[in-house]
Amino acid sequence: MRNRLNLGGALITLVTIIAAILWFFPLYWSVITSLKPEYEVVEPTIRLIPRHWTLDAYVYVFENTPILRWYLNSTVTSAAITILVLIMSAGCAYALSQLRFPGRRLIYGMILVSFMVPIQALIITHFVLMNDFGLINTWLGVILPQLIVPVAVIVYKQFFDSIPREYRESALLDGANEFQIFGRLYVPMNWGVTTALAIITFIAAWNNFLWPFLVTNSNASMTVTVGITQIHENFGVQYARNLAGAVIAASPVAVAYLVFQRRVTDAIMLSAGIKG
Amino acid sequence: MFKRRQILPALVLVGPFVIAYLVLFIYPSLKMLELSFTNAPLVGEGKWVGWANYSRLFRDSLFKGSVVHTIYFVVLTVIPTTLLGLVIAILVGRLKGWLQSLVLAAFFLPYVLPVTVVFRIWEWVLDSQFGIAQPAFRLLFGHSISVWQDPVWAMPSVAFITIWWTNGFNVLLFIAGLRNISQDVYDAAELDGAGGWTRFRFITWPLIWPVTALVLTIQLILQLKIFDQIYLMTVGGPFNSTQVVVQYIYKQAFQTNHGGYGSTIAVALFVTIAALSVLQYQVLRTRSE
Repeated sequence: MRNRLNLGGALITLVTIIAAILWFFPLYWSVITSLKPEYEVVEPTIRLIPRHWTLDAYVYVFENTPILRWYLNSTVTSAAITILVLIMSAGCAYALSQLRFPGRRLIYGMILVSFMVPIQALIITHFVLMNDFGLINTWLGVILPQLIVPVAVIVYKQFFDSIPREYRESALLDGANEFQIFGRLYVPMNWGVTTALAIITFIAAWNNFLWPFLVTNSNASMTVTVGITQIHENFGVQYARNLAGAVIAASPVAVAYLVFQRRVTDAIMLSAGIKG
Repeated sequence: MFKRRQILPALVLVGPFVIAYLVLFIYPSLKMLELSFTNAPLVGEGKWVGWANYSRLFRDSLFKGSVVHTIYFVVLTVIPTTLLGLVIAILVGRLKGWLQSLVLAAFFLPYVLPVTVVFRIWEWVLDSQFGIAQPAFRLLFGHSISVWQDPVWAMPSVAFITIWWTNGFNVLLFIAGLRNISQDVYDAAELDGAGGWTRFRFITWPLIWPVTALVLTIQLILQLKIFDQIYLMTVGGPFNSTQVVVQYIYKQAFQTNHGGYGSTIAVALFVTIAALSVLQYQVLRTRSE
């Protein structure tokens, strides 16, 4: 009995591993293809390992597209979005959680309501607004509409709510003001939440397609996520080059995930309302 | 009941968020509503046309088509990805240590990638001439398939790729949910001689149901907003057979310069999602009770 169970278990484990390999395979295949010379890419034989390893496709992308400029755009806008969202959300959450002031319930109610609104429905008016501000094709134009991340406020508020009130009271007795209690006590006590939120906000901003796609139409102002769709060829499809662009665009977020795996998964569960 | 010395710091702390919120959220929402009653171009003034856009919406066969295609996409993704997420979570949950981390990473990694990268990957894998999937198609169907040019295959392909891309998220939620089911319940059931299926049917399924309901509603709301993959992979084609609602907003407002009518479609999307979100709140509330 025990033996049969183990055999069955081993079989399920094997199936799981094979499924995982198949799931991962398109990623492997794409990276490998980007490292082949173009003539080998279109050979009919399937080669899981390139016959000739080459960085030609990457060299081509760096030399013939403004990918470094796209990288700069992505880095600046994603970092700015992350920092601004976290500062605004943490401040707002602290006030909602710890302070009594007029309008508190109204603000909290509005934040909850905003979860219901699909940001895709606002693309037209966001565009009109950014156009009025003269921000089409600018970093600020990419950044501003992405600052509405109500879930960050909710997550911070949950954590601030759970800090025992004694901390706050003794700090008040020591003569600290609200800004000091917020900045020196509540924020440092929740660095874990901040890092987790920072990583997923950054990844989401880096990956965002629709808005940067709408607000940038000049090659020089695109983010890398939008830019890699602009790698066109004059003579037929050049898959190694396309995929080299994709690998370059994906590396920061893929590396961020692989390095901070635990934090990324925690943050995703937090913002979905499930505590890990 | 308000504490005087708390009011000023509170206003300073909520200030930036509230201002951003008013300018970038409340104002655009109201402006969208206003535009939906005008014949405005994308940028510039329009004339008030009353309910004309709305009555046009109900007669517009392209709009109806986009609704049908969106629903078709939802049907192809929501339930399959939820069930697949649960199955993978159970399989991954059985594993231990480094093997579990490795397998989970393989299933989750696609989720953190930008949609344009996902598009580049599958454009290559499914390429009608050189794609590595074509030998499999030839084996199964006897011929190669240009998935993006084929009205039958286009939408299921986008749905399949979407599931591949986003399923890791569901797996994660289910793994968290499964961890909350006490091992004692399973041990007791095993003592009573319950087999694998019986345990799943009478323990796992009912106890994980709140998470399942959560994933279903999250997915439903998410997939109704589909745009990126469709735009990149099929551009709504072939013959508009994959044109979805958000893309129709984009087309009206940004490609044919009808900001007013585009806003009307946006309002329709807005109302639908808001109604479904109320449903989601209900689901979440029953969960926390």
